Amino acid sequence: MRIASTPPREFSESTPAKPEGLLAGLHLDLQLLTGLILLCGFGLMVLYSASDQSMAKMQAQLIRLAIAFGVMVAVAQIHPATLRRWSPWAFGAGVLMLVAVLVVGEIGKGAQRWLDLGLFRFQPSEMVKLAVPMMIAAFLSETRLPPSWGRLAMAAVLIIIPVLLIFKQPDLGTSLLVASAGIFVLFLAGISWRLMAALTALAAAAAPALWYLMRDYQRQRVLTFLNPENDPLGAGYHIIQSKIAIGSGGLYGKGWLNGTQSHLEFLPERSTDFIFAVLAEEFGLIGILVLLALYLFIILRGLYIAARAHDTYGRLLAGSLTLVVFVYLFVNTGMVSGLLPVVGVPLPLVSYGGTSLVTLMAGFGILMSIHTHRKLLPT
Amino acid sequence: MAESRIKDYLRESRLFTQRAVIAGLLVVLLLASLILRLAHLQITGHEHFTTLSRENRVKLVPLPPTRGLIYDRNGVILAQNLPTHSLEIIPEQVEDMATTLERLGRIIDISEDDLKRFHKRRKQRRRFDSIPIRVRLSDEEVARFAVNQHLFPGASIQARILRDYPQGEYTAHVLGYVGRINEEELRSIDASNYAGTSHIGKIGVEKAYEDTLHGQVGIQQVEVNVLGRVIRVLESQPPVPGRDLHLYLDARLQETATKAFGDKNGAAVAIDPKTGGVLALISKPGYDPNLFVDGISTAAYKELQQSDDKPLFDRALRGRYPPGSTLKPFVGLAGMETKTISYEQKKYCPGFYQLPGHEHKYRDWKKRGHGPVTMEKAIVQSCDVYFYDLAHDMGIDKMSNFLGLFGFGSKSGVDLTGELGGLLPSRAWKRGAKGIAWYPGETLIMGIGQGYFLATPLQLASATATMAAKGLKTIPRVVRDIQMPLTEEVEPAPQSAPIKLPVVAQDNWDNMLYSMLQVVEGLRGTAKRIRTDKYKIAGKTGTAQVFTVAQDEEYDEETVAEKMRDHALFIAFAPVDEPKIAVAVIVEHGGHGGSIAAPIAKRIMDHYLLEESP
Repeated sequence: MRIASTPPREFSESTPAKPEGLLAGLHLDLQLLTGLILLCGFGLMVLYSASDQSMAKMQAQLIRLAIAFGVMVAVAQIHPATLRRWSPWAFGAGVLMLVAVLVVGEIGKGAQRWLDLGLFRFQPSEMVKLAVPMMIAAFLSETRLPPSWGRLAMAAVLIIIPVLLIFKQPDLGTSLLVASAGIFVLFLAGISWRLMAALTALAAAAAPALWYLMRDYQRQRVLTFLNPENDPLGAGYHIIQSKIAIGSGGLYGKGWLNGTQSHLEFLPERSTDFIFAVLAEEFGLIGILVLLALYLFIILRGLYIAARAHDTYGRLLAGSLTLVVFVYLFVNTGMVSGLLPVVGVPLPLVSYGGTSLVTLMAGFGILMSIHTHRKLLPT
Repeated sequence: MAESRIKDYLRESRLFTQRAVIAGLLVVLLLASLILRLAHLQITGHEHFTTLSRENRVKLVPLPPTRGLIYDRNGVILAQNLPTHSLEIIPEQVEDMATTLERLGRIIDISEDDLKRFHKRRKQRRRFDSIPIRVRLSDEEVARFAVNQHLFPGASIQARILRDYPQGEYTAHVLGYVGRINEEELRSIDASNYAGTSHIGKIGVEKAYEDTLHGQVGIQQVEVNVLGRVIRVLESQPPVPGRDLHLYLDARLQETATKAFGDKNGAAVAIDPKTGGVLALISKPGYDPNLFVDGISTAAYKELQQSDDKPLFDRALRGRYPPGSTLKPFVGLAGMETKTISYEQKKYCPGFYQLPGHEHKYRDWKKRGHGPVTMEKAIVQSCDVYFYDLAHDMGIDKMSNFLGLFGFGSKSGVDLTGELGGLLPSRAWKRGAKGIAWYPGETLIMGIGQGYFLATPLQLASATATMAAKGLKTIPRVVRDIQMPLTEEVEPAPQSAPIKLPVVAQDNWDNMLYSMLQVVEGLRGTAKRIRTDKYKIAGKTGTAQVFTVAQDEEYDEETVAEKMRDHALFIAFAPVDEPKIAVAVIVEHGGHGGSIAAPIAKRIMDHYLLEESP
């Protein structure tokens, strides 16, 4: 069934709106790129301190950043129409690999997340982070928006399958991110507020069921979140030390490389999930405001790109990918500042580590592709 | 078609933009709440979290003070802090512990006990702590390890300060020793002042003067990481070392006196009658106090504990002996002072004494009797019958009261811990302790220092000193001066003022002192064998019965087992005209006071009066 409002062919041969210079030639967006570079630069600075000035870690992170930016540029060259064609295949392959992970996956950090492909180890859930919004966007953009009830139900099923598979690994953080990526597509597709309210109520009602499904360590995290002082040497230790790091930073911070909480190793996971606390300790509230301003700029630019996209698929996908970045940010900072329970979500583009970095940059590559492969339309 | 497409497109675009704006607002709203939360932590809670952060990283490390030294009256060191070398291992730096230990064992003697203690401590400490495996290395062992040190990464020789008593067993009982603080002591000490201190005085001077010797703890503020490893020192307040003690005690006199005992057990106490200063305080056998400093092995402790010689028992302060005839000068003085008898008045000694209306014969040590006896003769020849009669005439109450003046029955108040008070019998005491009335016969035997009456060697020496000083009673003191740390400033240790005994008649003192002089100088004196031309000694022998000889039976020294033999006692002071030293000697199961105990006392006085070069 082909709906009139979906014009795949027309865009396929389009050229950039304003062909100007090298950036445009590479299908890159100057504003977004600037924001990303500034953010990564700031992140490297914090990481240098958080890793106790480890040049080895700096080097590793620089290589990852180079790869991630390379992936971004590469993805930016792919035409959105092509992406849209690939969407069902990517989704199908992703779900199959998630199943494979559960069956033959290697045990890593107590959870089955990795798939050993011989040459390298691959985390299918990362691919699914992109495949789910692509699939849902492609699926919903086949018909006129807002989507029908039937399509919504179908889309919901398409979201729930990978989310449950990831949750079973168990990886609460990623399943949360994948679920929100799918839900954002639905939200942006314009589902009714009443339905959203009903779904929220349903989710609240499902909380006890979720509790039942949780692994012990996940339950512990929730309990700890509710009262960290209850277990100051065990699970609550992370949050208490993190709050001390943030609070003692004050307005101006203790200065770069001068954070005692991090350098004396009181702060756990300080170069990965808790790097935000290092920043807060050394740069204070001022530093945090700078960081959040950079994120806000990137997110608003992303939403602008989404709003300016010339087809429904592009709009939905760009919007969802952008909002997922915010989920990353909010879940991580909320956790580190004791606002949310401890969920293993890194601070996007700042935390040490490569997997989520590549996925995120690939997402930004998609945003750039959507923005730079537009065709001027009659208005 | 195209128009509817465009219319659809515009509608969808509007719908999307509307949703995107809502999402954008939501993003801003949530970020604002996040910023509020962070501001709450960083501005409102800043002070609170700064304190917590400080508490996290700053630890107070106590710096233990150096313990004060102890010197004898001539400046000979009695207790010092010696650096000893121990072999220590930092587990963190050792790759293969088993091999390292095995190889170390080849160049340094490491016993099973050492290994056991090492592995036990290893579990309790952190991996980067240095843990001793062998202590008190010899110089040779230190050298042998030093040559091979490169083969043992993680192992090193560490110098630690340990308390050391160079005089060993000669001063063991009086000085006591320090040992590791136990749980009971932990409750009674000022925990903060002892925060860095591992050892505390257990007995003797070390315990009695613990507060003086210990000093004041210093404090170092250090920055630590999460493992407790010290990163750097922030602030340091040095400790105040403990104060040094200068004793009245004479270390060489201690040695001489101990050696004078030969293989006999017993106690000797020498006091300067003018000051009350304790010149010698010996309980034999002694023990090596150095064994206790770093924890004595169970086997060695058991051996000391279970030895028949009871080396750990401080006889001088806690040994309670019947004084025997050495009590007679005090009883005689009581008789004259209570006007029960005069110095010249004679009594007749037939060799035994019977209470009126009683069959029981109280024997004199001289079976044939002494015939007519004056006070002088009774002291010089130690006539028992004279004192039976005198005690009977005087009565228990007067006698008990008077003897109490000399300190019998109560602690001398010496500046040491653990002293016992002896036993001065009285009617009231017997009624309280035994629940029965006082018998007249008990008065008789108390007159010759037997029966219930018990005195410690220290009490006896103190009473002798009071006798020598003609009634000026000083409280025995071991510590003479206290020296401030780092300066040469010396202040006298606290002393109690001497007490003048309420004995009125100067004649009585002179007469009794003369009688005691004749014990040594007189032709028939019981201690005439220690007479010397160099100075004049006044004394009194004593023999205390350990077991009672039945009526009409002979006490034959040869046939009685050593353990059952009498204790030999001797009290003395010299020179008579201006007494400088008063001595009490008890030789357990020694036999006769005159032949066994008196020569030891003589050796002590010789040393102090003749060999001493102040």
